[in-house]
Amino acid sequence: MPLLEIEDLHVSFKTIDGVVRAVEGVSLSLDARKTLGVVGESGSGKSVTAQTIIGLTRFPNATITGRVMFDGRDLVSMDADHLRAIRGARIAMIFQDPLSSLHPFFKVGHQIVEAIRTHEDVPRDIAKRRTIEALRSVGIPSPEERFDSYPHEMSGGMRQRAMIAMALALRPDILIADEPTTALDVTVQAQVLELIQALRDDFGTAVMLITHDLGVVAEMCDDVAVMYAGRVLEQAPREVLFDEPQHPYTWGLLQSIPRLDAPRTDRLSPIAGSPPSLINPPHGCKFNPRCPYTPPEALETEPPLAPAEPGHLVRCHLPVEERRRLWQSLRQEHPALR
Amino acid sequence: MGAYIVRRVLWAILLLLVVSFITFVIFDVFPSADPAAIRAGRNATPALVHQIRINLGLNKPFYTQFWIYLKGLVEHFNLGYSYYNSESVKSEIFSRLPATISLTIGGFIVWMLIGIPVGVVSAIRPRSIFDRVLMGGSLVAISAPVYFLGLVSLFLFAKGTGQLQWFGAAGSYVPISQNVGQWFNSLILPWVTLAAAFAAFYARMTRGNLIETMNEDYIRTARAKGLREAKVISKHGLRAALTPIVTMAGMDIGLLLGGAILTEIVFNVPGVGRYAYNAITNSDLPAIQGTVLFGAFFIVFANLVVDILYAFLDPRVTYG
Repeated sequence: MPLLEIEDLHVSFKTIDGVVRAVEGVSLSLDARKTLGVVGESGSGKSVTAQTIIGLTRFPNATITGRVMFDGRDLVSMDADHLRAIRGARIAMIFQDPLSSLHPFFKVGHQIVEAIRTHEDVPRDIAKRRTIEALRSVGIPSPEERFDSYPHEMSGGMRQRAMIAMALALRPDILIADEPTTALDVTVQAQVLELIQALRDDFGTAVMLITHDLGVVAEMCDDVAVMYAGRVLEQAPREVLFDEPQHPYTWGLLQSIPRLDAPRTDRLSPIAGSPPSLINPPHGCKFNPRCPYTPPEALETEPPLAPAEPGHLVRCHLPVEERRRLWQSLRQEHPALR
Repeated sequence: MGAYIVRRVLWAILLLLVVSFITFVIFDVFPSADPAAIRAGRNATPALVHQIRINLGLNKPFYTQFWIYLKGLVEHFNLGYSYYNSESVKSEIFSRLPATISLTIGGFIVWMLIGIPVGVVSAIRPRSIFDRVLMGGSLVAISAPVYFLGLVSLFLFAKGTGQLQWFGAAGSYVPISQNVGQWFNSLILPWVTLAAAFAAFYARMTRGNLIETMNEDYIRTARAKGLREAKVISKHGLRAALTPIVTMAGMDIGLLLGGAILTEIVFNVPGVGRYAYNAITNSDLPAIQGTVLFGAFFIVFANLVVDILYAFLDPRVTYG
């Protein structure tokens, strides 16, 4: 049984411009000790999905339906007090920008102590000792001194490590990392990813990694879900997704990764067009305005997320054989995709 | 930090010098009633007026007068003597200080006690009926001048003159040392009148700041930690939202002193504000100077305190 199971999740927000349907029928599952990558452009609904798991999207203007099963209980229908006991303690979350995600007026150590003492009735000095241990375990040098630092006194990578220390201080079952490396320098990115991987291996924490960077996914995920316009378009184990992707959108994503080993003549091919409006999405398949292969039925009806083979789900009207053929010919044209 | 404070104090002294010089220049350049003639009374002979003018030193050029004034101030902390009744300005101001301090400190407390909670309540439920009523009411309070609000409150609530005989009327002020109950009762209407516009303005500012703060990433982090919403607001939200309010309040204390003048007149409170008003109507330059310096001193002092306080409130601020 999976640790976390999202079933047919819908999240929409009433705004003055209309109803924004941010998440439309997403189903995902996450197993213990595994890393699930959720990939997509800005506005694909990946962050909203992640934040909805722990109830951070429960705004007055939000409508949330579906189920998020964790430990035999549904987090969507759970009351605020019970959900709060899970949030931070059993499911922790880290965010994109570690500077703005830490409170500028409180010492980093204090912010972690607060997280511990919110969930466990421990004396201040024990919480402090555990905080220092947590800071040490994420590789922050001289954690005793860093305990008293303010966020602005730390570097970006250091801050993200502190965020991870805060998230992991209570040994959660699940870590949701929402673009954890996007705001960091490239060299620091690798360190932070390695750290998350090491903690997953040491503590057995399952990781849900939200990112727009397929390179990060290739680096550390077991399973991958590709999201677009609030839907999952393709879902597969990592190797399958990189070797035999079957959705034109995934092909586009793979083609737009810069590769150092690609021949100079092989130009980057970004996906034409821009993500659709979530207030008035296109009719039929939501990707059809940007899809180079649009079959006629894609303009009429939205394809279901259907298994192309066991464990590999694709939301596309093109026949499986046709998709395999198209991918092979793309690979022929673009050596970088091999 | 020490060097910063010394530098600020030196600037403050310079500023006070400039302020008193400007007051002198304004008094000299702009037409005003002749203090000697006022002092001499209705049926005075020109010789008497002339004699008074010489006695007060009004025949000397204004820069000489300024120099004499400055010397007295620096050497003896002497604010001079009233043209009108020869009383020492310093002792006149100090004897009226308790009334003004009672009024402004009480006004400040009412200002904060109403302004901040109203702003917070509105910010927690933006666009609710509660929010709309409070913000609409605050707009009325901001728009109503002190003298209008003061007279309306006297008409409605003052003992003797009011429709509801609840609180002390104009002129009922007694020193706190004499009768605490009456002191408090007599100041309720002045406090509320003085604080109303400030409280209303700060309610709107607190609301705006808090709504903005509650959208910050670190508030999301606080929620993700599992903190109660009440604690997210009261600790993480207010800590950030109120810091700029404290700075603003320090600067606005000067405006509160200005409002205190009108309030003291409307409610007949024997304080420095009313003294300043009388000084202006009597062309009593030493008294005007004294009250202007007094006001300027408190504004500068409040600003200094706030700036120092800010370094404690916001750890990112350092003074070099």
